[in-house]
Amino acid sequence: MSTPLERDLIRQSAATLATAIAEGELSAREVTQAHLDRIWEVDDRVHAFLHVDAEGALATADAVDAGRAAGDPLGPLAGVPLALKDILAMKGVPTTCGSRILEGWRPPYDATVVERLRAAGIPILGKTNMDEFAMGSSTEHSAYGPTRNPWDLDRIPGGSGGGSAAAIAAFEAPLAIGTDTGGSIRQPAAVTGTVGVKPTYGGVSRYGLVALASSLDQAGPCARTVMDTALLHAAIGGYDPRDSTSIPDAMPDVVAAAARADVRGMRIGLVRELSGEGYQAGVEQRFREAVEILEHLGAEVVEVSCPHFEYALGAYYLILPSECSSNLARFDGMRYGLRVGDDGNASVEDVMSLTREAGFGPEVKRRVMLGTYALSSGYYDAYYGQAQKVRTLIQRDFDAAFAQCDVLISPTAPTTAFRIGEKVDDPLAMYLNDVATIPVNMAGNCAMSLPVGLAPEDSLPVGLQVMAPPMADDRLYLVGGALEGALLDRWGHLLIEEVPSL
Amino acid sequence: MTPVPRLARMSAITRAEVAHLARLARLDLAEDELDHYAEQLDVILTSVARVSEVAADDIPPTSHPVPLVNVTRPDVARPGLSRDEALAAAPAVEDDRFRVPRILEEQE
Amino acid sequence: MSAPIPFADAIAEFEPVIGMEVHVELGTESKIFCGCPTGFGAPPNTQVCPVCLGLPGSMPVMNAMAIESTIRIGLALNCSIAEWCRMARKNYFYPDMPKDYQVSQYDEPLCVDGYLDVTVPTDDGPMVVRVGIERVHLEEDTGKLTHAGGATGRIHGADYSLVDYNRAGIPLVEIVTKPVTGTGALAPEVARAYVTELRDIMRGLGVSDVKMEEGSLRCDANVSLNLPGDEWGTRSETKNVNSLRSVERAVRSEIERQAGVLSSGGRVVQETRHFHEDTGTTTPGRSKEHAEDYRYFPEPDLVPIAPSREWVEELRASLPEQPSVRRGRLAEQWGVGEFEMATLVNAGVLDLVVETVAAGVAPDAARKWWAGEFTRIANESGVEPSALAVTPADIGRVEELIASGALNDKLARQVFEAVIAGEGTPDEVVAARGLAVVSDDGALLAAIDEALAAQPDVAEKIRGGKVQAAGAIVGAVMKSTRGQADAAKVRELLLERLGVSEG
Repeated sequence: MSTPLERDLIRQSAATLATAIAEGELSAREVTQAHLDRIWEVDDRVHAFLHVDAEGALATADAVDAGRAAGDPLGPLAGVPLALKDILAMKGVPTTCGSRILEGWRPPYDATVVERLRAAGIPILGKTNMDEFAMGSSTEHSAYGPTRNPWDLDRIPGGSGGGSAAAIAAFEAPLAIGTDTGGSIRQPAAVTGTVGVKPTYGGVSRYGLVALASSLDQAGPCARTVMDTALLHAAIGGYDPRDSTSIPDAMPDVVAAAARADVRGMRIGLVRELSGEGYQAGVEQRFREAVEILEHLGAEVVEVSCPHFEYALGAYYLILPSECSSNLARFDGMRYGLRVGDDGNASVEDVMSLTREAGFGPEVKRRVMLGTYALSSGYYDAYYGQAQKVRTLIQRDFDAAFAQCDVLISPTAPTTAFRIGEKVDDPLAMYLNDVATIPVNMAGNCAMSLPVGLAPEDSLPVGLQVMAPPMADDRLYLVGGALEGALLDRWGHLLIEEVPSL
Repeated sequence: MTPVPRLARMSAITRAEVAHLARLARLDLAEDELDHYAEQLDVILTSVARVSEVAADDIPPTSHPVPLVNVTRPDVARPGLSRDEALAAAPAVEDDRFRVPRILEEQE
Repeated sequence: MSAPIPFADAIAEFEPVIGMEVHVELGTESKIFCGCPTGFGAPPNTQVCPVCLGLPGSMPVMNAMAIESTIRIGLALNCSIAEWCRMARKNYFYPDMPKDYQVSQYDEPLCVDGYLDVTVPTDDGPMVVRVGIERVHLEEDTGKLTHAGGATGRIHGADYSLVDYNRAGIPLVEIVTKPVTGTGALAPEVARAYVTELRDIMRGLGVSDVKMEEGSLRCDANVSLNLPGDEWGTRSETKNVNSLRSVERAVRSEIERQAGVLSSGGRVVQETRHFHEDTGTTTPGRSKEHAEDYRYFPEPDLVPIAPSREWVEELRASLPEQPSVRRGRLAEQWGVGEFEMATLVNAGVLDLVVETVAAGVAPDAARKWWAGEFTRIANESGVEPSALAVTPADIGRVEELIASGALNDKLARQVFEAVIAGEGTPDEVVAARGLAVVSDDGALLAAIDEALAAQPDVAEKIRGGKVQAAGAIVGAVMKSTRGQADAAKVRELLLERLGVSEG
């Protein structure tokens, strides 16, 4: 005879599950098993996972149960399972980054994020699907087929971390790790009605995170609630001596902020440039309604201008390809991964070229060539050099805005989830999905996306983005927690509960 | 670096340039791919060239978003991977080394 | 194809401009970006980790000692130390490079604009040449390739290659000179003296064991020629220069070659050439089809390096005695002049002399052996004097034997030759070869009588008071005893034998 908790296990929040495990109401094993069962049940349709590590996950769960029985102290998320974006190195487990060039590669080491998850007793269910090497906004550029949005299986779940977001939205996992270079955590969160945070650059270790654009990448937490996201953020964040860009200062207390969830007295800036043309009507409507709620909750909302944000997209699509063209050079078929054309006669130059041609998809090749061009002699100053200046201007815009406001807000993405196949052949149209999220990556500060409603025209989720200064990640959770709480009061349930059954 | 005149747009990217980029980036593109990518890269470059409109000469570039300097580690040795771990994923191994195809262009 | 022109003629017609690019492997405990050990000669791929293998997701962390050593080198070379600089990525594909980019420095080197004074001995006395230092920067080394399947083990004609990444990520300091002009016929010596002095500085700083034969000191030599008054000519770059001697020979060879090209109306090609030990000449490397574009940009995974001025001054204050100052001090101690010191330095034996003196040998004896006999043997064998198998202890022992009269100078040389050839310690060699001075009077008298009998007219002369004639008999005795007699003793016995005094 199962309890309501057991029956609805997979629909619980991570916080609830953690408490249940800690108090002995549930075993870690049954929680993990329930999620493995769910994956087995729905993932043939959602395709969130590229690899499921049942054995590893259950072993971790068992260790948590044994620890609990022995009276060991448990971490705040012990036994709560998680889905890991396939861009993080996990020892002995296939890590493909959504690419053929790494098909079958099993890293000989763990990323720091993975080490911290293991240390926290968090069973890792498996690796989630993603746009190849994190390049994309729809997960359609995965070499292993797209992931589908649980809200509508003919639509994209966002990208590049569509697998992680879809896994959360499909109740295959209560927690997930994504990575965000131009919005790849936040935009999928927005289109799947879930929560995702890009921490301050340097706030979460990049050691073991396969690099796309080194000056933009960050790993971050994904979940269905703001508090769950905070708990995961706290588990993975903090200084790592193996990452030279890791911030040595203490992390802000995001869990306390999520608990406080109070915006009274806060000044919230509405970024003028992140609205208007290109933004779907229903998205703007839900956004404005959320703004009203924030005012009702006691925040002062003002309009601010960040005039250089309109150049962010252009600068981003110069900086990212430049850095990635260099970061992806190592995939040459010499030491690991795919090797093509080595017939005993071909030269190493040929084998490298054949391997990369066969192993990389079109979006990767596009960006590698773009980056090669932008860095080449004669063009560096005009392209890469200029883009780095735009970055300075964007930081200054943020500094000026944050001098007036505690946080900034905008819609996370200009549209709701579009159909699979709709934009995949139009790179520029695809890039426009990131127009609101990119400025934060450029400046290196932090941002969250949380669901604020369904767009009336298509009943698909809309996300609101909260942006805070570097190292002020706690403010994201203050605002997100308050807004989520108010919406919960209004609707009686979280938005994600409205997702169609699979 | 010599100053570059501020242009709204560099000249259109040619097929030959794409071929050159493909060679620099070790991508064995097929003939039809060269045209296809030339077209797409051209469109993208037009769009991103806007960055030159705004960035004046007196603005310093930012290469690192986080203002850290002098991050180092002490000069201490510690064990790394075993040889087997290092070679485990290698496409070809001989004499405990990574076997690679013959090198034509000698690098200095 | 034009033929090289003999050096003297080449120099008579053209002015050489030289430049040296030297790479020093730092002797740190761990690699530049990871904690992998750095000991030389480990089995392949046993000193690697995700970072130096460039595995996806790996990240570099700068070795503090590598920065410190680079700054100390820059200070020893009178450079300015950057207040703020960054590492940069040099992007190109090659199988010995795990990331297919090398982390180096591009337009922001740690140290710039210094100089090093080197002294070369000339017929008119020692000449000081100030070699300008353009830059000193830090970078990572690559893995090591061996080429298999071909006849020669070289890259051309190989079927495939094998890579060992043990050396990938070893910290390297690159030192680039400004072009050196006005050296004329001394260009080869200046080049050699520069590298020698550089090596001594590295040793003094303790930053590297600078063994050219092991690759911890590598030199590329740039040479160009121009007619007097003309602009500088096109330069060639010569690599694979693996000893101090080769530096000198390579520069000399390139001057001769380029002079030949230019004199016959040809143009010097800007290219990289390889130096060959056996022939002492250079051959062109395989020319590349396409020019490289390294697409340098600042390394985003490493943060800028900003050495504080206080720290730089601390390092400057604690620099060891400059080799030139040390040489001055030693010269005074030993009572020798600049010229002889320069000779010792250029022969590469100064430290060996110091070591030998430290072992208890008198300075002039130490100098005599190292600058004389051992340099000769080293040159004949084509090795550096330091590579000879003779120790300060050996020299001390031989000096003892000479002092006691057991050996004379000629015998001592034979002993050293045998020791260097690996026949054993001096005592073992003496015993095995029976090289002792004959001091047994009886044996000597027998030899004297034999010589007298063979030269009766000389005997007559001596008896008649012509003492100088004794030389012939002494010579004959030395010959018959294979030099193992003490000449003075022979003379003494001879005169006594004949009842003649020195007079």
